[in-house]
Amino acid sequence: MVRHARDARIPIVNWFKYSSPQSFFPLAGVLVQWFGIAAAVLAAIGLYIGFFVAPTDATQGESYRIIFIHVPAAWMSMFIYLVMAFWGAMALSFNTRLSGMMASALAPTGAMFTFVALWTGALWGRPTWGTYWVWDARLTSELILLFLYFGFMALHAAIDDPRRADKAAAVLALVGVVNIPIIYFSVKWWNTLHQGASVSLTKAPTMAATMFAGMMIMALAFWMYSIAAALARTRCIILERERNSEWVVEYARNLK
Amino acid sequence: MSWGSLDNFFAMGGHAFYVWGSYVVTAVLIIAEVYLLKARIRSAHTAITRNGPAA
Repeated sequence: MVRHARDARIPIVNWFKYSSPQSFFPLAGVLVQWFGIAAAVLAAIGLYIGFFVAPTDATQGESYRIIFIHVPAAWMSMFIYLVMAFWGAMALSFNTRLSGMMASALAPTGAMFTFVALWTGALWGRPTWGTYWVWDARLTSELILLFLYFGFMALHAAIDDPRRADKAAAVLALVGVVNIPIIYFSVKWWNTLHQGASVSLTKAPTMAATMFAGMMIMALAFWMYSIAAALARTRCIILERERNSEWVVEYARNLK
Repeated sequence: MSWGSLDNFFAMGGHAFYVWGSYVVTAVLIIAEVYLLKARIRSAHTAITRNGPAA
């Protein structure tokens, strides 16, 4: 009773299959839909809590309601940068096509959230501190983050060969990672006008439970949105770069 | 949290400019990004169907 080796093989999901653009493309298409829906539902719940459940802040009045987008946007601006640099490192070390595409796909969304963090921060600062902008360490390092995103996109666009562009931009992204702990710890390391963290992993949040809930749900909504947007952009990049490959030609034939 | 009236809600305790200035700009940027992504996949589709094997 000798069974053939093939029959005895345990069926496992081969995740590496999805590292090729061809098999990732349809998977990403499905994920974009689901993450998009999750983002919309979470944003609706988060905004409801933020505007209709969370109480007025005792010292800041209603202007504090800006934090429901300001804090999640600032978190995303830093986190997306780290993920972008991670995919850049993967592109450099394993030379995989999809990694460089993922890094490029994250940059515009990261830049958008960085701008939102700066913009909403300025509009919160004016009624709270009396100024839209100061050159303190937190604000300055966040502005540098915006320029790092712009630099990444400009460098990528300036190099014609996409694989070489991926690698050059990846080096820039990796060098820029040093700025992330500077942003995060700036409020501890220096005397900044910007307040310290109201929420951290080691302490209980210093705000009302409903305010905290609204902020965390908005953060989740921004997460889901970022994933959906980055995957949608990856799909565009895949079609643009692989337009001459057989599977794209086949895919195009089915579109007609 | 009860606002009492719609006017009170829009007034945001005198901070309407700052609160709505934040939310409107954020919403516009997100809607713009979604629109641009849809336009980009559409033009990618147009490009690959035009350069297909029939052409």
